[in-house]
Amino acid sequence: MNIAGLILSNLNRGKLPEMTRRRILSSVPFGCRYRLIDFPLSNMVNAGITNIGIATDLNYKSLLDHIGTGKDWDLARRSGGIRMLPPLVSGYNPLVSYQPTFPTRLSAMMSTLDFVRNCAEDVIVLCDGNVICNMDLGALVEEHIAKDADITFVAQKINVTPGMLDRDDVLVENDEEGRLTSYARALPGDLGERSVMINVMVMKTSFMRNMLENAAAHGASSFDIDVLRPNLNRWKLYVSYFTGWCAQINSMETYFRRSMELLDPDVRRDLFGQEGFPILTKVRNSAPTKYMPGSKVTGSLIADGCVIEGTVENSILFRGVRVGRGTVVRNSILLQGTYTGDNVTLQGVVADKNVTIRDGRTLAGHETMPFYIEKGASV
Amino acid sequence: MHQKKECVAMLLAGGQGSRLYALTKKTAKPAVRFGGKYRIIDFPLSNCINSGIDTVGVLTQYQPLVLNEYIGNGLPWDLDRNVGGVKILPPYQGQNGADWYKGTANAIYQNMEFIDQYNAEYVLILSGDHIYHMDYSKMLKFHKEQGADCTIAVLEVTLEEASRFGIMSTYEDGTIYKFTEKPKNPDSTKASMGIYVFNKKKLFDYLVADAADPNSANDFGKNIIPNMLAAGEKMMAYPFEGYWKDVGTIQSLWEANMDLLGDVPVLNVSDESWRIYSRHRAEQPQYVGKTAVIENSSITEGCEIHGTVKNCVLGSGVRVMYGAYVKDSVIMGNTVIGEGATVNYAILDEGVDIGAGAKIGAPRESATDITVIGTGVKIPSGATVADGKMISEL
Repeated sequence: MNIAGLILSNLNRGKLPEMTRRRILSSVPFGCRYRLIDFPLSNMVNAGITNIGIATDLNYKSLLDHIGTGKDWDLARRSGGIRMLPPLVSGYNPLVSYQPTFPTRLSAMMSTLDFVRNCAEDVIVLCDGNVICNMDLGALVEEHIAKDADITFVAQKINVTPGMLDRDDVLVENDEEGRLTSYARALPGDLGERSVMINVMVMKTSFMRNMLENAAAHGASSFDIDVLRPNLNRWKLYVSYFTGWCAQINSMETYFRRSMELLDPDVRRDLFGQEGFPILTKVRNSAPTKYMPGSKVTGSLIADGCVIEGTVENSILFRGVRVGRGTVVRNSILLQGTYTGDNVTLQGVVADKNVTIRDGRTLAGHETMPFYIEKGASV
Repeated sequence: MHQKKECVAMLLAGGQGSRLYALTKKTAKPAVRFGGKYRIIDFPLSNCINSGIDTVGVLTQYQPLVLNEYIGNGLPWDLDRNVGGVKILPPYQGQNGADWYKGTANAIYQNMEFIDQYNAEYVLILSGDHIYHMDYSKMLKFHKEQGADCTIAVLEVTLEEASRFGIMSTYEDGTIYKFTEKPKNPDSTKASMGIYVFNKKKLFDYLVADAADPNSANDFGKNIIPNMLAAGEKMMAYPFEGYWKDVGTIQSLWEANMDLLGDVPVLNVSDESWRIYSRHRAEQPQYVGKTAVIENSSITEGCEIHGTVKNCVLGSGVRVMYGAYVKDSVIMGNTVIGEGATVNYAILDEGVDIGAGAKIGAPRESATDITVIGTGVKIPSGATVADGKMISEL
């Protein structure tokens, strides 16, 4: 089966505002050496997808830097490969994404219409740019074909607790055969065992094209109200359940909590340890990490290029972090190039890229509200 | 039509490295892993690009598969160029027959056409078995300023060490008047590093003459350099200061790895101004478990440490299980050290499997020699491998 991929990183503007002031959500660094987009991108590559469009929102410079030619995902191809789809203003897409209004799911899809029209592949897999999981998309597409579905939505059964979902999360319901019976935004009172959309979808290319062109012709503005709901019984809409570990980052609290889950070996096995399904990322040339005489490191996930002289516990260190002598780092996430001087104490801290923390400073936050230090800051 | 390149580097990477036996059974010496993330050839290749030399011919002969795959298009070293870049040069068949590379000089002789493609004025000859940082552009500048026909990089060694090297006897201005291979009674402490800059035209004259001589060993050290000296060509010694190590033996390979460790390492691969590039894959980050004890070590992505690691260099994908103890060792990669196993003063090639409770080698203080285990060897649980043993297969 010929499959194309579309990564909608032009959605979710405004989520995790601390870290997305100057970057798009899908290029937020995650898990020592990755950026969020690595996960949907790797899932697609692992399913043999070599024609991938990445729809972008504002501030996508860091995304461009990261993707480069696509070589690190083996996507530097003569035909296909990665196509960046910058924000597009057109008659079909009146809700243009450069406006202060946030893009909706429909306008995000609309902006990819040219890609869809030029797509020679029969099926398109769509994925939001902030979905972290290791998913067998090939199997998903097979399921889609076997059911002759128009759209297959991927959901996960989650025990919803207060504050877990936000206004953009969608709850789905389905009948015994997996056919979608309800697609609605989560309300604050929706608690307990629920089926939550994880924003991965499969559509036939021709179906997606017709759907978008019709939506444009009829002036539709909402995917769920104007497009899906009138067709709920007419179209063959199915729900497929994903049972692996999956995170959708939408706030500092989820960023911290879901990052820390990587310290669990089961989570790492699920996300990184699946034979034939590697998570790929831009390869940099860091030297191995050096554990200097006197260092003490336990229960931590560490990237290459670090120099550790102090103590690190239960933390996540990105590339090129330096932990000074007598410095203690606990329950913290230090992004690329964080430099801590000597005798620093950090607890519950998220330091963005290239932060400098001078000798003797003590900084602390809590896991529900980590102390965030913005990119390039000096403390 | 090819663009002109002032200097073309020719990297001799065909050597078998028989003294590394178990480590070079299936790979050429330059492809032997080093420092956790590198292969030996990364050093001359990175030196080239850092010195502004973007055209490198890599001469391969012995077990070239790993090396070919590793170098690929040269992108990791920024040597994927429209003109020049890195090119693999195996022996080939010509109109007048085919031949193996009979010696270092013969390998260059057979590839004179490659050098001519770029219309180079100077040829830099490098070997693929040395670990060092060197700015070749300074040596080239020296060569041009001196108006030399050939410049040889030399390192100051002690008088005792001198008998292990090719020794250059020079006048005060650096002009070489005598070259002695491994002298019993050395009269100089300037050791050749096996790095030469030649004027292309001069080099070609001597290579052609050498190829016509049936008694020649077709070797730079044995034939070309002595012949040029005898003919009175201008030969200069270029003094090099800094870290340089020939890693042709197990002992020196182990030492060079250990030189990466310590508070102020003698060999610094994290120098941002002189980066050492390598080709590697995106492995997951390294995980240091709650029971791990790590002292003075260099550890690479993909590792998972639950046991004790002291004074070690670990390549990617090494798992040190609970209760395992690894000291003074070089673990090249994708190796499992089983629960409760002990590894002392050893070099473990890629993909070695050490069963639970196995004992490899003896503590450095009491060991007779370094223990070496070749690629893919699986040591059963509870087994003992005596110190100084070299195992390439079970």
